[in-house]
Amino acid sequence: MCSLALFPPPLPSGQTTLCESNNELLSGTTTEDRLKLSLKLHCRTESSSKAAFLDHSETLWMRSAAACSYIYQLMSFYINSPLSCAVVVPKWLSVSSGCTLALLRWFSSFHGSLFPHLTMSSEDMLAEFSQVLNWSDCVVRAFAWHPHTDKFAVALLDDSIKIYNPKSATTPTLKHRLQRSVAAVQWKPLCATALAVACQNCLLVWHVDPCSLSTRPSSGCAQVLSHPGHSPITSIAWSPSGSLLVSASPMDTAMMVWDVASESGVPLQRVGGGGVTFLSWSPDGSHVLASTPSALFRVWETRMWTCERWPCVKGRCQSGCWSPDGSRLLFTVQGETVIYALTFTDTPAGVPTCTSKGSQAAAVVADLSETTFNTPDGDIIVGGEIQSLAWDPTGERLAVLLKGDPQAADRPAIIAVFKTRTNPIFELLPWFVLLCVGFVQGEPGTEPRLMQFHPNFQHGALLTVCWSSGRITHMPFYFLSAGVPHFGLSGSPSLPRPQERPADFAKQSLFTELMS
Amino acid sequence: MYLMMTDCSVQVIFWRAVASIAWAVLLLPPITAVFVIISRFSLLHPIQAVSECLSFLTSASAIFSFILLCGVIIMVGFLNLEYYTVIPTIACSKIALLGQLLHPRQFVNSLGHCIMGIIVAWCCAITVGGRYETIADPCAQGDGSPQMCLNEYHLILLLAGAFVGFSHSLLGVIYNMNYVSFHTVQQYKYLRFKGSLSLVLKCSATQALYSVRNYIVVYFFLGKWSLSVHPLDSIAGLLDLSLLYHLWISASFLLFTWHLTLLLFRVFVTEVYSFPVQSSFTEDAHQCLPTVLTDKQPMILKFLALLDLALLSQHSPSRRSEVFSLSQPGGHPHNWNAISKECLSLLADLTQRLIAYHDTVATNGRAKSLSTGSERKTSSESSVPFILSVSPLTAPFTPDLDSPFASPALRRLTAPMDQCSPWFGTVQSPHIMRRVPKLWSTSTGEKSQALFADSQAHIWALEGLSYLVQSSFSEDQFGVVQTALPSILSCMLGLQEAVDRHFKLPHASSKPVRSASSMGDSTHKTLRFALRATLKTSIYRITTTFGNHLNAVKMSAEHRKRLQQFLEYKE
Repeated sequence: MCSLALFPPPLPSGQTTLCESNNELLSGTTTEDRLKLSLKLHCRTESSSKAAFLDHSETLWMRSAAACSYIYQLMSFYINSPLSCAVVVPKWLSVSSGCTLALLRWFSSFHGSLFPHLTMSSEDMLAEFSQVLNWSDCVVRAFAWHPHTDKFAVALLDDSIKIYNPKSATTPTLKHRLQRSVAAVQWKPLCATALAVACQNCLLVWHVDPCSLSTRPSSGCAQVLSHPGHSPITSIAWSPSGSLLVSASPMDTAMMVWDVASESGVPLQRVGGGGVTFLSWSPDGSHVLASTPSALFRVWETRMWTCERWPCVKGRCQSGCWSPDGSRLLFTVQGETVIYALTFTDTPAGVPTCTSKGSQAAAVVADLSETTFNTPDGDIIVGGEIQSLAWDPTGERLAVLLKGDPQAADRPAIIAVFKTRTNPIFELLPWFVLLCVGFVQGEPGTEPRLMQFHPNFQHGALLTVCWSSGRITHMPFYFLSAGVPHFGLSGSPSLPRPQERPADFAKQSLFTELMS
Repeated sequence: MYLMMTDCSVQVIFWRAVASIAWAVLLLPPITAVFVIISRFSLLHPIQAVSECLSFLTSASAIFSFILLCGVIIMVGFLNLEYYTVIPTIACSKIALLGQLLHPRQFVNSLGHCIMGIIVAWCCAITVGGRYETIADPCAQGDGSPQMCLNEYHLILLLAGAFVGFSHSLLGVIYNMNYVSFHTVQQYKYLRFKGSLSLVLKCSATQALYSVRNYIVVYFFLGKWSLSVHPLDSIAGLLDLSLLYHLWISASFLLFTWHLTLLLFRVFVTEVYSFPVQSSFTEDAHQCLPTVLTDKQPMILKFLALLDLALLSQHSPSRRSEVFSLSQPGGHPHNWNAISKECLSLLADLTQRLIAYHDTVATNGRAKSLSTGSERKTSSESSVPFILSVSPLTAPFTPDLDSPFASPALRRLTAPMDQCSPWFGTVQSPHIMRRVPKLWSTSTGEKSQALFADSQAHIWALEGLSYLVQSSFSEDQFGVVQTALPSILSCMLGLQEAVDRHFKLPHASSKPVRSASSMGDSTHKTLRFALRATLKTSIYRITTTFGNHLNAVKMSAEHRKRLQQFLEYKE
């Protein structure tokens, strides 16, 4: 097992990580030799006025919920206040309403104690369950690389989304009346235009024509998907085949599976958990991880949509990521400092009632408990709870965003990078090997908030990090990939990855007969 | 003849329907028990009411009415089986809808539902008991002699049953309730049933509310019975809350049991059926996937086969390898040839349909609302009042299918029953039509829906083909897919062009309003959007897998240009 003590010490103040070459992270002080992107910080001011106004697009469900809570408050006011003595009410009415109120209170406190997150405001809930560190004051609220091309979408604090494309001069800005508190964005696979946005009250799917010269696509380009009781949405995931979209809300025990083109959704309801917070679709499309606000997560099998329950001991599942072949799941649990791993192997494919048989218990693969490093600037404590995980598409690098402690200067939030190998040559070794690469650090005074790997970087892996300063940096890890990973343990033929790059097969010549 | 050919496969559908009816009958006792409790419960005497309910449930009349209810459910189930369709009939104009409603077949359906409504209402009257129980009440005449009079409470309930049954049947036509749609998310039957149960309950209660409201209005004006003891056709008589409650409860019960039967039927019939890709015995060959796909089967079987193809191409490598395999003596890829040929002909048919429609629109400057029939190369000059599409699915059938008395099983085969044609139902002189353009006029949105009415088949064909092509990159040992790749690509790109052009027509891309609170399925309204999305995804699936290798595939310059857009992710 790997632990942080094996890591090289963090960089001295003023140094920033640039890239990985020859198995070590190189650092520098200058910022010129880096791909960088500064975002305007003035967007902070715009957002403050929005919360002062009520939303007009409340659903009937929300209105009735509000009305219920109003009646509840009114009842408690009249019954508890001394005024009620003055008002002449029939005895039986006051007694029965008192009983009802007591019952309601007992029920709501019981429900609230079972699922404390239900008492939170939706902004707090988004901040609590987001994969972004300190989501509420983060300039970059969500980030998404396009799965096939070099373009990405960035959701900002002022609820606008910008799309950057190196091949085009225009930078479209997406704004919509319903696009508020963006928790996640994701591009549709096998499509050039569609971008799904998880908002506070609904799900938006933008269709942004890459050839269009417009910088402000109209709100008519966005499809609005909503379902009563399904808000706020904290996580979304497209199926790798691009056909379905799943969305999760901590307030809704059902996970929605959307057929976006026909705007119809199927709720998949299961008892327990109190909601769904985080979703991750395995790259081969066979499984979906769905974590809940309580100490339980589910792994759905996507063929007949049945699920396995995985109860955790300590807290909820905070983050998770899949290996490129979809056979392994790494996840972290809130309140613990370790990374767990689960292995999934499919039963021989082709059986109509195909259910996945997983392992019986999760194995600990890395311990990230707090470790003190001596640096020229004093002791730095690294480790602790994990905010999010990211695994690069070749399956060779794993980035772990550690929360740190915002109050203590010597416990910064930091990204630890591991080298991973899922198929060791010797069978005696455990299936999963983690080797340390190092820590990724930014400019002094900034902390990493969000990270994502580029889906098809040719020379290794490219980690994109969004910093608290609003800066987005791309960090290449140069290495030679060990080739196409071998799929599965059982040796059965497996699905080709949709994002499998033809570059790997460039040597083979196809269609020779047709050319001659 | 076709029944003999596909005996076993047709039986599959029949047995599925029987299983769904059996489940509906099994679910009837608990639903009836709940109904008895709700209808008889009184807040003031709860214990007495419960004991009364229990004693009623064991009485002979209760058992008799329960048997009647079972009979009705079985009847409803068979009507579902008789009238269902996998391709919705889309009425493009008010007149076409009227034609559908006045069709003799529909008349038989409405009559059946009326009678069954009366039977269920009679059972409800027995169940509720009290003043509703008998049709005749003893009443004292002016001279004091006892005589039997009409009990209007009983009658109002019976007529309510007939009215609700009739309106259910009419709404079924308007909302396409007989249309059976397939879901994109596959779930086990029990979970699908459980997921839709609350929706069914809600739909039944709201529809019952509206039906009872309409019924009360009708009854107020028409319900004059001279023999009645308590005349109810006054405002005071009808505003009896207990009466309204019992009417609503009974109507909800009636609609809930029928909707439940329909839901079970849909769930059972649309379940995935796994056809064998190939069989080692020649006598089983007609049950194999390539044969079922290509045969002119009942549409439902063709749809199930296409669904199975889409799923196997996506999920099961072992069945895919059977598709890519060569025949043992001879070494021909018969399975792949049959499958790809059928899928391509489906797609080519849609392309032709779209081009033909676009051409008519282009030549006229606007949609030719009066002569949509002729664009389909059909027999507007002959005496046939109905339109047959040029679809290869329907080609071999004789035109007399369209007589109202044709067998329903055959009727189901007549693919998109395009009723956008003004010749639907009755033969009309064109002069009459020109005089009433308002009623005949069709909206482009609905025309577009009608064009894509059977597009679920095309969606599966696209998915099946593209997944097979994708997996052929690593799994196809003999290169059987490679030879078909140019035709697959040009077919898809041609369809893409036609679809693009179609969506540029006015109103073609306007989204329909979705009504979630109805038992009718509105999936068909959005099929064209689903098809467009699937088409793009399918082409991208092929281009991302093969990348620049596709430059070596022969194709026309125009298609090459289009393909380049996909390779650069600019579509």
